Amino acid sequence: MANKAQIRSRNSALIAMIADEDTVTGFLLAGVGNVDLRRKTNYLIVDSKTSVKQIEDAFKEFTTREDIAIVMISQFVANMIRFLVDSYNKPVPAILEIPSKDHPYDPTHDSVLSRVKYLFSAESVASGRR
Amino acid sequence: MSGQSQRLNVVPTVTMLGVVKARLVGATRGHALLKKKSDALTVQFRQILKQIVSTKESMGEVMKTSSFALTEAKYVAGENIKHIVLENVQNASIKVRSRQENIAGVKLPKFEYFTEGETKNDLTGLARGGQQVQACRAAYVKSIEVLVELASLQTSFLTLDVAIKTTNRRVNALENVVKPRLENTITYIKGELDELEREDFFRLKKIQGYKKREIERQLASAKQFSEDQLAGKVSLQRGISVNSAHNFLSGGMQKDEDIIF
Repeated sequence: MANKAQIRSRNSALIAMIADEDTVTGFLLAGVGNVDLRRKTNYLIVDSKTSVKQIEDAFKEFTTREDIAIVMISQFVANMIRFLVDSYNKPVPAILEIPSKDHPYDPTHDSVLSRVKYLFSAESVASGRR
Repeated sequence: MSGQSQRLNVVPTVTMLGVVKARLVGATRGHALLKKKSDALTVQFRQILKQIVSTKESMGEVMKTSSFALTEAKYVAGENIKHIVLENVQNASIKVRSRQENIAGVKLPKFEYFTEGETKNDLTGLARGGQQVQACRAAYVKSIEVLVELASLQTSFLTLDVAIKTTNRRVNALENVVKPRLENTITYIKGELDELEREDFFRLKKIQGYKKREIERQLASAKQFSEDQLAGKVSLQRGISVNSAHNFLSGGMQKDEDIIF
């Protein structure tokens, strides 16, 4: 089983965020923000001036960091780097697409949810045939 | 040709037959066990699917509430509250703890969040709108709760998906490749052994026939010999051998031609 080794049992891990300013502010208010010794944050605020390259780099950094268990990413940001999100297939850290305030949530774009929907429909078709 | 390739390359002996039969038993048991595992995983998988769909829906609701709470806080406390919040970030007070859950031998990660230490944001909005800020904070903590749950569900979903695929592949491989191959090998070995037995039987028959003929011949020659001996004995008793008697007679006949009575 190749996927067994990947799951580490650790006592505390962070939640990373790539989202717009309001969403990030809200979660920071709740207390998920973290700044380490090298002044590196575990969140990225995406506004109109943020380039796709920056988002890509942040996504890659968050998904490779050892102390992050969940990466929350606004859906409109995820759409910008859709190819990266779709090609990501590791169980930990988990990628979570969240709705943002200015962009309505579209379940069909979510990479995991589209798979869920696909499986659901496939199962119902299969059960209907039986 | 398919029959040739669908069996193991073994020497057809009784020992090998035993070995292959034992392997077939093992493969059958493994197949049954893997099938059970696959079923158990599928049951769990469907449960998770349903939970994911319902949690995703509730996530939209919760996020809407928290966004609204933030807007309220902004309205009351002023637009610059976000700068205060961004400045106050130091150490995460909400963290995630992951533990493993074992389902039919597949380890699934489960996340749960916990608060650690005090947030610096306690004094945020002290001047005005403090209550709204705290309400907003509570709303976001609640949404984190839902999101963490959703994250663990998603992770389990992905892990289970891979595990089910692997298990099904193994089940199919055992059912469609390994078991037929072992069965073919067993029939092959049995056929070879039967062939050997028939050959052996035929050989024994052949030897038996040969021996019989040999014995008959020996008997015949012994009889001949005993008859000859008997004749010799009889003639000895009479004082003349049969041969000599015969010679004498024939000799007598030759001589007789010259004699004129």
